[in-house]
Amino acid sequence: MKRGLRLPLEVFAVGLAFLFGMLVLLVAGYPPLQALFALFRGAFGTRNALGQTLTQATPILFTSLAFLLGFRSGIFNIGVEGQFLVGAFVAALSGIFIRGLSFPVHALLALFLGGLGGAIYALFPALLKVYLGAHEVITTMMLSYVALYLTSYFVNYPLKAPGWVAQTELVASSARLPRILPPTQLSLAFPIAIGFAFLVFWFLERTVPGFSIKAVGMNPEASESRGIPVRKYQVLAFVLSGFIAGIGGGGEILGVHGRFVDGFSPGYGWDGIAVSLVGRLHPLGCIFASVLFGMLRAGGMVMTRVTKVPLDLSLIIQALVILFVAAPFFIRYLGGLLRRRRML
Amino acid sequence: MSLSLFQAMVRMATPILFAALGGCLCERVGVINIGLEGIMLTAAFFGVLVTYVTGVPLLGFLGGLASGVAWGYVIALLTVRFYGNQIVVGTGVNVFGLGLSAFLSQKIWGSRGASEAVQGFESIWVPYLGEQTFFVYLGFILVFALQFFLFVTPWGLRLRAVGENPQAADTAGINVFRYKTLGVVVGSAIASLGGLFLSLGHLRFFAWGMTSGRGFIGLAAMIFGKWTPVGCLLASLLFGLADALQMRLQALGILPSQVILLIPYLVTILVLSGFVGRATPPARYEPYKKE
Repeated sequence: MKRGLRLPLEVFAVGLAFLFGMLVLLVAGYPPLQALFALFRGAFGTRNALGQTLTQATPILFTSLAFLLGFRSGIFNIGVEGQFLVGAFVAALSGIFIRGLSFPVHALLALFLGGLGGAIYALFPALLKVYLGAHEVITTMMLSYVALYLTSYFVNYPLKAPGWVAQTELVASSARLPRILPPTQLSLAFPIAIGFAFLVFWFLERTVPGFSIKAVGMNPEASESRGIPVRKYQVLAFVLSGFIAGIGGGGEILGVHGRFVDGFSPGYGWDGIAVSLVGRLHPLGCIFASVLFGMLRAGGMVMTRVTKVPLDLSLIIQALVILFVAAPFFIRYLGGLLRRRRML
Repeated sequence: MSLSLFQAMVRMATPILFAALGGCLCERVGVINIGLEGIMLTAAFFGVLVTYVTGVPLLGFLGGLASGVAWGYVIALLTVRFYGNQIVVGTGVNVFGLGLSAFLSQKIWGSRGASEAVQGFESIWVPYLGEQTFFVYLGFILVFALQFFLFVTPWGLRLRAVGENPQAADTAGINVFRYKTLGVVVGSAIASLGGLFLSLGHLRFFAWGMTSGRGFIGLAAMIFGKWTPVGCLLASLLFGLADALQMRLQALGILPSQVILLIPYLVTILVLSGFVGRATPPARYEPYKKE
């Protein structure tokens, strides 16, 4: 406590991950500093770069909020990816097949229906957990694969638009979320995501259901004996988690792609798990963490183009962030080692 | 069932079986190992890499196995020694395995998609089982060895005890941390055999994400098998059969591949929620903190 400045452990974790990443580059024979520089420039260097970073951050912010909501109630919703995909799919269908609505109504309705799709998809594992005791980590993981292959089937066969690419038709223009920083792909989905972060913050801190969800997550036995229906709130948290994930998927379709493209998600749902941890499981922390991961994705592409460093370096750094954040005592231990070294 | 289908079932069950056995050992000491997929992928990659460099599949095998042991130590260090969240650590392992193998594949072979072909292991013919690599037979031997080890030997009892009731085990003078670490390291090493089977026994090259969810299916097989090695074997054979059938159907072109590919996952969910009833793991997934 004597040290005046105490940075959160997450900052060390991220720093350490980057350090390790640079080490990997050095060992593999790439220029680490040049790659790092290209990564940052590609992420924040220009107005377009910034737009691209925030575009990448948007779906991750949604999925991290989704994971966080489940986690706070003691549920490991590992399958955010599946709910994200179902939401995207439903939103795309709503954008294509619902006709005769004008712009804000159509887009918002499609977005909402996407969220609903995600919520319903999360309801299955929620009920399976609460009533049959099926561990949600396994069921949601399996359901993610089911969603992946099922949507892939639909866009490859019955709903495939003419042409070579496995994708649906374009959604109606009235269902598109407008771009807010042309020529980048940044769309209205980004401010909506930020809005959701504040909404989740308010929900958890200022409402009775939000408080109950947190109580259930911290101590289910105590909550039960205090008369809080644990099952009900776990199901609620699960469904809300799926809802936000679904909105995220919808936002990605209506804002960026305009149609459901097979394999459009490089695993945004899985990123969300890491992002919410780096964001200290706090909705507002998720905003910063998602920008960090968006930077890795957007900047990583530029880095690959400029320095020929494989894009997967971003993935390695991400994984290291996850591993370090998972074990805060490890970071503390390393910190202790360094401190002792300095004293000697 | 035709003989060739039976042989395909046994072949496809093998990687799932290794994953299930590895996961089972980890869970017996109270660690849920979500990272099986990443461990297998890493082993598959290093198996091919070492074989590519040395030209000796046996060295590749040892290299891949070493990567499994290394992962085991890292996971044990983070979850047992430093009380890290097991599911998050496992997720990290999976992402790392995918990233590292693709990164190095790009660097070494100039493609993140697939490596160059390497020399693999020769098949050994056995009546009824047909031409199979030694991995298949190793898998069967391991099942019975582990079943014996876990339920007959005193070491197995201690291993189960540190998972089921660490406090009591500690009081009885068992080194909880050592046994937990042992379970995770050996479990991860066994899982890595699954990856090695895929890259050195089955395909003889490394392909991006070539484990394609078999680590997760292995986890499901472990649950379906109620956390016993023999149960893991039976469940793996079932999933192996699904895998073998899927390849048949795909070859015939009756069903679109996506529909067939999702069947094992759907079966897993059904199995988890219906057939086995309440599946209770033998140990709670909690780090043990000494008072």
